[in-house]
Amino acid sequence: MDNGMQVVVIPDHRAPVVTHMVWYRVGSADEPPGESGVAHYLEHLMFKGTKTIAPGEFSKTVRRNGGQDNAFTSADYTAYFQRIAKDRLDLVMKLESDRMTNLQVAQKDIETERDVVTEERRTRIDNSPSGRLMEQVRAALYVNHPYGDPVIGWMHEIKELDLEAVQAFYKRFYDPANAILIVAGDITADELRPLAEKYYGVIPSAGPAKPRVRPLEPEPQAARRVTLSDPSVPTPSFRRIYTAASYSRAEPGEAEALDLLSHILGSGTTSRLYQRLVVEEKIASYAGSWYSGDALDIGDLGVYAGPQPGSGKAELAKVEASIDAVIQDISEKGVTEEELARSKNSLLSAVVYLKDNQMRRARIYGVALTTGQTVRDIEEWPSRVEAITAKQVQEAAQKYLQIRRSVTGLLLPEAPQQRAKAPGASKDEKKS
Amino acid sequence: MRSVILLPKTVSGLIALSLIVLSQLSLVSKAEAIEIQDVKSPGGISAWLVEDSSIPLITMRFAFQGGWANEPEAKQGSTHFLAGMLDEGAGEMTSKQFQTRQAELNMKLSFRARADHFYGSFQALTRHLDDSVDLFAAALNTPRFDQVPFERIRNQIILNIKSNDQDPERIASKEWLKLMFANHPYGRTRRGTQESLMALTPEDLRNVTKRLFARKGLKIAVVGDIKAEQLGKLLDRVFGQLPKDGGVVKLKEAEVMAKPAVQIIDRNIPQSVIQFGHSGIKRDDPEFIPAYVLNFILGGGGFGSRLTEEIREKRGLTYSVYSYLSPYDHGALFVGAASTQNARAGETVNLIRSELERMAKDGPTAKELKDAKTYMTGSYALRFDTSRKIAGQLLAIQVDNLGADYVKNRNDLINAVTLDDLKRLAKRLLKPGELVMTIVGKPEGVEAKSAEGG
Repeated sequence: MDNGMQVVVIPDHRAPVVTHMVWYRVGSADEPPGESGVAHYLEHLMFKGTKTIAPGEFSKTVRRNGGQDNAFTSADYTAYFQRIAKDRLDLVMKLESDRMTNLQVAQKDIETERDVVTEERRTRIDNSPSGRLMEQVRAALYVNHPYGDPVIGWMHEIKELDLEAVQAFYKRFYDPANAILIVAGDITADELRPLAEKYYGVIPSAGPAKPRVRPLEPEPQAARRVTLSDPSVPTPSFRRIYTAASYSRAEPGEAEALDLLSHILGSGTTSRLYQRLVVEEKIASYAGSWYSGDALDIGDLGVYAGPQPGSGKAELAKVEASIDAVIQDISEKGVTEEELARSKNSLLSAVVYLKDNQMRRARIYGVALTTGQTVRDIEEWPSRVEAITAKQVQEAAQKYLQIRRSVTGLLLPEAPQQRAKAPGASKDEKKS
Repeated sequence: MRSVILLPKTVSGLIALSLIVLSQLSLVSKAEAIEIQDVKSPGGISAWLVEDSSIPLITMRFAFQGGWANEPEAKQGSTHFLAGMLDEGAGEMTSKQFQTRQAELNMKLSFRARADHFYGSFQALTRHLDDSVDLFAAALNTPRFDQVPFERIRNQIILNIKSNDQDPERIASKEWLKLMFANHPYGRTRRGTQESLMALTPEDLRNVTKRLFARKGLKIAVVGDIKAEQLGKLLDRVFGQLPKDGGVVKLKEAEVMAKPAVQIIDRNIPQSVIQFGHSGIKRDDPEFIPAYVLNFILGGGGFGSRLTEEIREKRGLTYSVYSYLSPYDHGALFVGAASTQNARAGETVNLIRSELERMAKDGPTAKELKDAKTYMTGSYALRFDTSRKIAGQLLAIQVDNLGADYVKNRNDLINAVTLDDLKRLAKRLLKPGELVMTIVGKPEGVEAKSAEGG
C-alpha cells in the first residue's frame, strides 16, 4: 500500500474462516542494550487497551465474535493473529489497525503484566533445567549478536522495564511501513483490497522502515562448552549448536543445502544420527538435528542426543564421540545420491501437507518476509531444493559443521545418576 | 445418513501476492456444502467420509474400543508401548525397511493409547495411496515386535518416564490423578512404570493387539481425495482381516475421590505448579453441554474466563490458568491447573477456591452466558479448517455416539442452554468442598491437608 505496508493473500476456500495476521519487522534482537524482553513485553501490553478500547477488551471482543486470538515474538519478528469466521474479518481488521498506532496502557497494567511475563519466564525457563541450559548455550553461541539474549528477556532486566521503555519501542517500530498484513483463508485479493485500504492504508507512516542493522558476529575462533548440573536431571544429555548461514544471508543454494544436510543427518528414525547412535551402537535413546535458517542475520544447526537410561558421564562421552564421528564422516565423504533423493522427496512432500493448514501457511510467509526473504523466494524454494547436488551438501557440512563455530551444552545430574527432555529445536517463540 | 456441514468445496493453490502489484486473482469461492457420507465396505466396515479433492492427500483417523485402562495391572504400559512399536517392522519388513519405505512414500502413521480407546492416524499422498495402504495394513495386521526394536522402544519409554518424574507439570498431574482415581485403573499412568515395562515381553504386546484390534466398536473418519467405493476397498484391506470381537473387558465404574485434600510435593524450583479439581460429568450425561458452557465461562481457554481474569489479568499471578471437563467412559473429572511463584502460591490457591465457590453459589451472569454462546457457536467452524481437524471431529462424534447430525445440531444445543440451567448445574458440577489440590514446588502460604482430615 502507499504507506509501505505489505499485504499478502493466501486463498483457502475449504472452510468459511480466515486467519488474519499482522507481522512487525521487529523482534528481541532489535532491543536497546539493557532492555532485553521489551519486544515480548510490548506484545503482551498490546492487549491492554487503546484510546478507544478498554484493557482486555480486544481479546474479549474477538472471543464474543467466535474468534481466537494470540500473538508471538521471536528474535526477528512480532506477530498478532486472529482466526475467525470470514464475515467478521472487517471487525478484527478494525481492532488490529487501531492498536498499531493508538496503544494506551495504564500504569497498573504495566505492573501486573510484567508479573505475568516473569511468571511466563519461570514456567518456560527457570523451572526447567533444559530450558536454563539452552538459554546459556545461546548466550555463549553469540559473541556479539543480540541473538544471544533470550527472547523473553533476562529476569533482572524484565523487572526494570517501564512504560517509557515500552513506549519508545512501540513508537519506533510499530509503523505501517514496518508491518505486513497476511490474510489466509476464505477470501480473495479483490475482497481484501478495499478492507486493507480502509483500515491499514489510511495509517500514516513516519517514513520508510529503517534498515535493521544489528551487531554482527566476528569469525568464530573457539569451541565452547557449557555444563549445567541439577539434581532433577535424571540422565545426562547432549546438544550442540553451530552458527550457520540464514536464508537471507546465505550464498545461493547454501541454506537449501543446510536444510538437506540436517534432514539427512538427523531427521527421523532413518537419519544418520538415529541409525548410528540409537539403532546400531545402541548407546543413545534418541538422537537428531535441526536447521533453523529463517533468521534475518544468522541461522543455526543443532545436533542432540541422550544416552540410555541409567547412563553417566562416561556414556555421555561415548555419545559425543559418535556424534563427532557422524559429522566427520559426512564432511569427509559427503552424502549418497540415494539419501539426497529421499530427503528432497521428503522436504518437497511436506509442501503438499502444508497446503492443508492455512495457519501454518500464513506463518511461513510471515516468518520469511520478516527475515529478509521475499514471496518469490518462498515460491521458488521447491525448485531450488530440487537443484541441490550432493557436492553442495558436503560443502555446507565442511563449511559450517566446524567445532569452532559451536557451543556444546551438557546437562548433568548433580549426583552420579541418570536424563533430561529432548531439547527444543530452533529459535524459541513466546506466546502471549 | 447424510449430514451437511458448512464447508465450502474448493480449488486453491498456494497463492500470495503483494496487493501493490497484484492485479488478478481468479480463485472462486463457491460455498457448496460438504457432505458426510456413511461408507460401508463390501466386508461390512463402516466409516464416515468427507470427500475433498482440493489437495492430493488422504487423512484417516480411527479408534478401537479399549485403551490403556483395560490392560491388566501386571501389564501396565503395554498398550502405550504397543503404540510405539507398530512402525517398527511388519510382515517381511524389518524395522529399518519399514521406516525407510514409509519415508520414501511420505506416509504418516501414528498411534496413541488413551484410557478408553486406542487411536490411530494415517495420512498419505494420493499418488502413493496404494503403497501407503499396504504398509498401513501390514502395521496393523502383521506387526513383528522383533527383540532389538522392542528393547530400543522400551528404553525410550523408560527414559520418558524418568524425565516425566522430574517435570513439575507431569508430577502434579500424575500424583493428582492417583489421588482422584485411587483403586481404579484410571489412576495409573499410560506409560506404566519402569518395573512393569521391564517385565513385558513381545508376547504381551501381541496380546494387546488381540484384545484391542477388532471390528466391534471400531470407528473411522476419512477426509480427502478419495471416492466412497475406493474407500470401501481400502477399509477391507486394512481392517477386513481383524476379528469381530477382541474381548475387551468392561471396566468397573470409578469412585472418584470426594474429600478435600491439599498435597504438597517438595521440589526446589522457583515456581509452584498447581493441579486442582474434583469429580466431573460424563459425556453421555444429559447436562454435559450445559456443563461444558459453564466450564468455559469459569476457566475455558483463552482470555475472558473468570479464572484468567481474576488470577492473571487483575493480579499478574500466573501466565496460564485454566480448567476443563475430563470425561472417561467410566468416571469423570473436573480438572484445572495454574503455576505461580512460590511466594504467591497461597494467594493463588485461595483465589481458585473462592472463584469456584462464587460460581457454585451464584452461577454465571446473563452477559457471560451470552458471550460464551457467541464464542462457542461462532468458533465451531474453526475446528474444521484442516483435514486432520475435520477427521478428528468426525471421529470424536462417533466415539461419543453423538450421531452425524451432531455437526448440524451442535450450535443449537449450545444456544438452548439457559441461565437457570447453569445456575442449577453450577451447584451440581462445582464442588469447592471436595477440591483436591496437588502442588509441586516450595509453595508458601498453603498447608498440606490429607483427605482423612477432610
